[in-house]
Amino acid sequence: MAGAAIELRSVTKRFATPKGGVYTAIRDLTMEVAPGEFCAVVGPTGCGKSTTLALISGLERASAGEVLVAGEAVRGIPQGIGYVFQSDAVFPWKTVLGNVAAGPRYHGVSNWDASKQAKEWIARVGLAGFEDRYPHQLSGGMRKRVGLAQSLINNPRILLMDEPFSALDVQTRTLMENELLSLWAASSASVVFVTHDLEEAIALADRVVVMTAGPGTVKGTFAVDLPRPRNVAEIRFQPRFVQIYEAIWSQLRDEVLVSYERQKHAAAV
Amino acid sequence: MSVRSTLPRSDVSAQGGAPPFGSVGMQDGATQGLASRTAEIAALDADLSARRAQVAQRRRLIIYALRLAFTVLWLGSWELSTRLNWVDPFFVGQPSGVVQRLWTWITEGTALGPLWLQAVVTMQEAVVGFLIGAALGVVFGILLGRIEVMAEVLSPFIKGANAIPRVVLGSLFAVMFGLSLWGKAATAVVLVFFVVFFNAFQGVREVDRNLIANARILGADNRRLTTEIIIPSAMTWILASLHISFGLAIVGAVVGELFGATAGLGQLIYNAGHTFDVNGVFAGMFVLAVLALIAEGLISALENRLVKWRPSRVSGEIPI
Ligand SMILES: Nc1ncnc2c1ncn2[C@@H]1O[C@H](COP(=O)(O)OP(=O)(O)OP(=O)(O)O)[C@@H](O)[C@H]1O
Ligand SMILES: [Mg+2]
Repeated sequence: MAGAAIELRSVTKRFATPKGGVYTAIRDLTMEVAPGEFCAVVGPTGCGKSTTLALISGLERASAGEVLVAGEAVRGIPQGIGYVFQSDAVFPWKTVLGNVAAGPRYHGVSNWDASKQAKEWIARVGLAGFEDRYPHQLSGGMRKRVGLAQSLINNPRILLMDEPFSALDVQTRTLMENELLSLWAASSASVVFVTHDLEEAIALADRVVVMTAGPGTVKGTFAVDLPRPRNVAEIRFQPRFVQIYEAIWSQLRDEVLVSYERQKHAAAV
Repeated sequence: MSVRSTLPRSDVSAQGGAPPFGSVGMQDGATQGLASRTAEIAALDADLSARRAQVAQRRRLIIYALRLAFTVLWLGSWELSTRLNWVDPFFVGQPSGVVQRLWTWITEGTALGPLWLQAVVTMQEAVVGFLIGAALGVVFGILLGRIEVMAEVLSPFIKGANAIPRVVLGSLFAVMFGLSLWGKAATAVVLVFFVVFFNAFQGVREVDRNLIANARILGADNRRLTTEIIIPSAMTWILASLHISFGLAIVGAVVGELFGATAGLGQLIYNAGHTFDVNGVFAGMFVLAVLALIAEGLISALENRLVKWRPSRVSGEIPI
């Protein structure tokens, strides 16, 4: 397929361990994301999902293989990338407003315009009235939403999301998922969405990629042919949803078991 | 240290305030109930902050009372043991004597001139040395923290320089700068520089890599990364070092005066020492301590302004 938004070709990533050894986090991983596609990635913990996102974002460099964004090899951080990090990455010394306005300001937008945009986004993630708070005065879920607004305000062409909703309660989470879908539908961005939650993956994505236990590689990909627009709260009850869920889970389960056995074994040694 | 009202005002009330994404179908009755609940909670909040202020006030009073008790105990036992001749006031001084000496200094002036002038001279030396040393420390700390090669090349030199007892440089500076302010300020500079430098350097090294990654993704260039991420993050470390280093600046100034001076509190203290005037030594030290405390207060105020984003320790400790 010509013109994929994101392409990973036989990518391997090794890390140096503190003891001087080498740890292979992902091995020979090949995947593609089409322009405007919503791609979810699931896999057992530690299989290299976050590492894959770091490679696409240019924050880490592949040890072998090629990473391409918009057809160009990734060197440095590609234009138009948004990244919602797994761990807290909001700036503790900036207020909510300062945090959300940072992106536009870094792109040369005047302070006044940046604040105006930021206020809209703060309202959109349900934090209106909290503009002057510092992150330590927010709850974990609120901080997550600040991080979300901070990334989305830049209007990214490629959006990398690493378990963005895992700290939220179920209701807020459903609201945010629906909101994400409508934003995405309006934006034509390509999304790579990492999650532990298979239901969430199916409800949101066009395609679900299942990764093997570490060192991670692609075990299988599944097209999700559920109609859009979707309502995340209701889609789970459709028979087709259940079918897809079972198909993916039968593969994912094996990997989760492998990963679990390994950890138990490592703990016992 | 004042107790600010940054705290809980509203984690509760806020939740009632704005549902995420506004337009979630909410029934009328629910909305009404919500409004009255919000008002109720606001009233409760006001009540709580009043109580909180009361608790803080009482706590402050207790602390002051305990401080006073400590002072009375300390000075009282000292005075008493000299009065009863358990120890010889000629060697250890006497609080009443110290007060007397201070009084003469204030009313009649010291051997070197008016007391305030001595204080001004020493403070000038300390402040000039402190500012130069701290500025150099911050600049070099950030530079070396950011530029790895530079840090690797220079680290043995810096560690070596840090290992030598730098107060002896005072004699060198006395030769270089004569009796002027600069000899003392330079001694203060070499004492302050290293403390601030190491802290700034460490602060830069400790910046959360996640935050750097986030800023870079959001589009920050190197300059922005330094000014908006690295420096604010390192600021906690730098400010912590300023507390210690102002004391060191005073040490530098006083030691500098040892190697030759015509005025200053250090000079005053040496003179007193040479004439076996122990009370004079203590009186000079007392003036130095008061000045150091004032400076400490100013630095704390600066710190509170610069890092107001940090969870406030004081208000965190007060239960509501
Ligand atoms: N900087 C690093 N140095 C060494 N090892 C690393 C580094 N980053 C990740 N790893 C290792 O690579 C593997 C994959 O990590 P990664 O964070 O990508 O997992 P993940 O799939 O995102 O897991 P989770 O679902 O728990 O977030 C892990 O075993 C981890 O220990
Ligand atoms: Mg991860």
